[in-house]
Amino acid sequence: MAWRWERAAIAALLVCVAAPAAAIDKDAVAKLGFGDSDEKIAAMGALVKEGDPRAIEVLKALADGNLQTAGERVFIQRDDDVLDAVTGEKVESPPEDRDDVVANNRIRAAVGDALAGLRILSPERAKRLAAAKELTGGADPAMLPLLQRALAAEKDPEIRSLLEVATAAMELKTGDKAQRLAAIRRLGASTSPASRTMLAAAANAPDADPEVRAEATKGLAAVEGRLAWGERLGLAFAGVSLGSILLLAALGLAITYGLMGVINMAHGELIMIGAYTTYVVQNLFRAWAPGAFDWYVLAAVPASFAVSAAVGMLLERLVIRWLYGRPLETLLATWGISLVLIQTVRTIFGAQNVQVENPAFMSGGVQALSNLVLPWNRIVIIFFAAAVLVAMGLLLSRTRLGLFVRGVTQNRAMASCVGVPTARVDTYAFGLGSGIAGLAGCALSQLGNVGPDLGQGYIVDSFMVVVFGGVGQLAGTVYAALTLGFANKLLEDWSGAVIAKIAVLVFIIIFIQRRPQGMFALKGRAVEA
Amino acid sequence: MRRLYGPAGWSAIGAAVLVMAILPHFLSSYWVTLIGKIMCYAIVAVALDLIWGYCGILSLGHGLFFALGGYAMGMYLMRQIGREGQYQSDLPDFMVFLDWKSFPWQWWNSDHFGWCALLVVVVPGLLAFAFGYLAFRSRVKGVYFSIITQALTFAAMLLFFRNATGFGGNNGFTDFKRILGFTVTSPETRAALFMVTGATLLGTLLLARWIVTSKLGRVLTAIRDAESRASFCGYNTVHYKVAVFTLSAVICGIAGALYVPQVGIINPSEMSPANSIEIAIWVAVGGRGTLIGPILGAGVVNGAKSFFTQAFPEYWLYFLGAIFILATLFLPQGIAGLAQKLGRGRA
Repeated sequence: MAWRWERAAIAALLVCVAAPAAAIDKDAVAKLGFGDSDEKIAAMGALVKEGDPRAIEVLKALADGNLQTAGERVFIQRDDDVLDAVTGEKVESPPEDRDDVVANNRIRAAVGDALAGLRILSPERAKRLAAAKELTGGADPAMLPLLQRALAAEKDPEIRSLLEVATAAMELKTGDKAQRLAAIRRLGASTSPASRTMLAAAANAPDADPEVRAEATKGLAAVEGRLAWGERLGLAFAGVSLGSILLLAALGLAITYGLMGVINMAHGELIMIGAYTTYVVQNLFRAWAPGAFDWYVLAAVPASFAVSAAVGMLLERLVIRWLYGRPLETLLATWGISLVLIQTVRTIFGAQNVQVENPAFMSGGVQALSNLVLPWNRIVIIFFAAAVLVAMGLLLSRTRLGLFVRGVTQNRAMASCVGVPTARVDTYAFGLGSGIAGLAGCALSQLGNVGPDLGQGYIVDSFMVVVFGGVGQLAGTVYAALTLGFANKLLEDWSGAVIAKIAVLVFIIIFIQRRPQGMFALKGRAVEA
Repeated sequence: MRRLYGPAGWSAIGAAVLVMAILPHFLSSYWVTLIGKIMCYAIVAVALDLIWGYCGILSLGHGLFFALGGYAMGMYLMRQIGREGQYQSDLPDFMVFLDWKSFPWQWWNSDHFGWCALLVVVVPGLLAFAFGYLAFRSRVKGVYFSIITQALTFAAMLLFFRNATGFGGNNGFTDFKRILGFTVTSPETRAALFMVTGATLLGTLLLARWIVTSKLGRVLTAIRDAESRASFCGYNTVHYKVAVFTLSAVICGIAGALYVPQVGIINPSEMSPANSIEIAIWVAVGGRGTLIGPILGAGVVNGAKSFFTQAFPEYWLYFLGAIFILATLFLPQGIAGLAQKLGRGRA
């Protein structure tokens, strides 16, 4: 039974507080069976307050529709057996004409609260924590004595603070003036968003005592001051997170456009292909190695790089190679390629979005502050973006291929003269840029929906990042991505998402007018070429 | 100065006028609307060719100017619905739906045709003038210019998607009833709109032809081929570029204004970057630097689009993508260039 531990816990508790009740409250059970909704809820309060081990059993039966009545007696149907609700003993020859006790939504909600109240006494920390969180959302004031008992026994500071908020909320509702003031002071000392809501309600309650309202206003200011830090940090984290995503999306473009000068409008589709590769790898793991499912991401990273890089190299060989030096034509041809890629993916996988599941270690988040949860998938992606950046920087500065790419970028004719196979370097460099786009797709698949149009949403953004940062400048791309990420999130907080996006675009348009070469301009004669 | 067209050219134009005057009386309303729509696109294509083919500026934001003209006309058409909307209010349905009590400032005077016709020309013109002046003055050119025009139309699309902007959000304007007192959907009105569009297309063609054969056209071509050299010769290239860019935007606005009553709807998706890039491919397929080419290109591509989206909707993107790739790889001068080459080969 799922709730066996609950019985044990409550039995233990009963011993501790030396409660005399061995049998369940007969009147309460009768009311639960025959009373109207108000009487039922009152009866539930009575059962919970007593803390009888069998109260849970009766309440669960009520919620599941297994509580029955016949004559004056109340029964619980369990599988094929029929139990007496008061004694819990099996009834040998139950009456045939038993009626189900109907539980409406109000009753169900009350049962949920009552069960959470009983679960708060569980020996398992996780269950107590979950129950405490449920109770801070607001619960029946009848459970106040139970919560006070639980608070007295609680050792864990996190659960204690939650319970304090929950009990304070109840006292705020029902207590006399002194109790209310004490409750407000306790709420004012906490750091949970729930206490802010409750204090705001108390401060603005029209019929409340002016002293209580003044105290609530004071407490509200204190809580808001403490919460403001969490909000600021949350904003900063969102900015870094968006910046890391923009950086991943734009890094590949920084190579193909920034270094090679190829306007690749199909860049977004290479991102999309990376995301779909992750989807395929996920499905392969699910089908062939369900035990190692959590590690599919590790396989998906190289796979998405390889697939996107292969597609990119193919495109370079077949189309883009013939258009070097004609940037506007390249733009149109690669746009055509992007249309073909979108339709191909639609034909293979369907027009609907597909689901990519987070592995266990990337789901959930870290509770950094009471009102600040940092999701694991975003944290992982920030580090992933940093790792890709470092790897790319090393590749360009420390390897022979990187040397060749830089040489061809600076002076193609001279590089060719000293024996650099420029055509092959072009292909590899384009493959590298495309592969990084694939990595971006792999990361994006962990954040949201994967669909054929995924890339379209990123193409304008990633071009903006590269242009803003300055063409041919990897460092510029990094600064631009982070700046735009922060700016977007700050404005979003202030004016809403759409206006923020428009403002950032307009800002970049104006910025380009002022500094056509981006934040970090190349200096020297090469600029005008 | 060269002549606009030779005798053969003028007779071709005369024949086109005749055909367009007679055609709408013999075609079903489906074909009248379709051809009218494609003629609007052809006007846009000529406008883009004027700046891309002759001045080397590829704007990927021309869909924005087209849509702005369309919205200006749409405001007038919305006012003409009067109280015949679903809610029988003086306000358009979407405003009733948003619980607005009066018209926002953008709608001032919009029940006058003359005012809206002025907006059709002035709004795209002013935007293009301001944007072009800033961009060309700071020597933003080539691909940079293309990308920021794309960002501009993307930003405008986001703006028009908002309900608070006051232009119907993502549904835009639709359900028009009448224009200048005539029922929009009646065959006579359709035929009249068709002829007006045809006349505008011819007018645009002649205007563009006049520009490219004049001294102004020579300067534009010089800017396209060697901008620094043209400016060293004493021409202020910024003025020329701003002027032709603004003119091109105004023509697009007019095309949009003709498009909306024929198609019966205008919404922000007209401003999506994809639409603007499609305009560029009409010009590229038809042939840059020729004026008849873009008209052919707009006709061929949009004709194919109507055919594919009805017969094989799933192959349309393959086809369009293939056109983009093949036209840039194998037809640098477009259909018009190909025809010229073949003609020369025979002679």
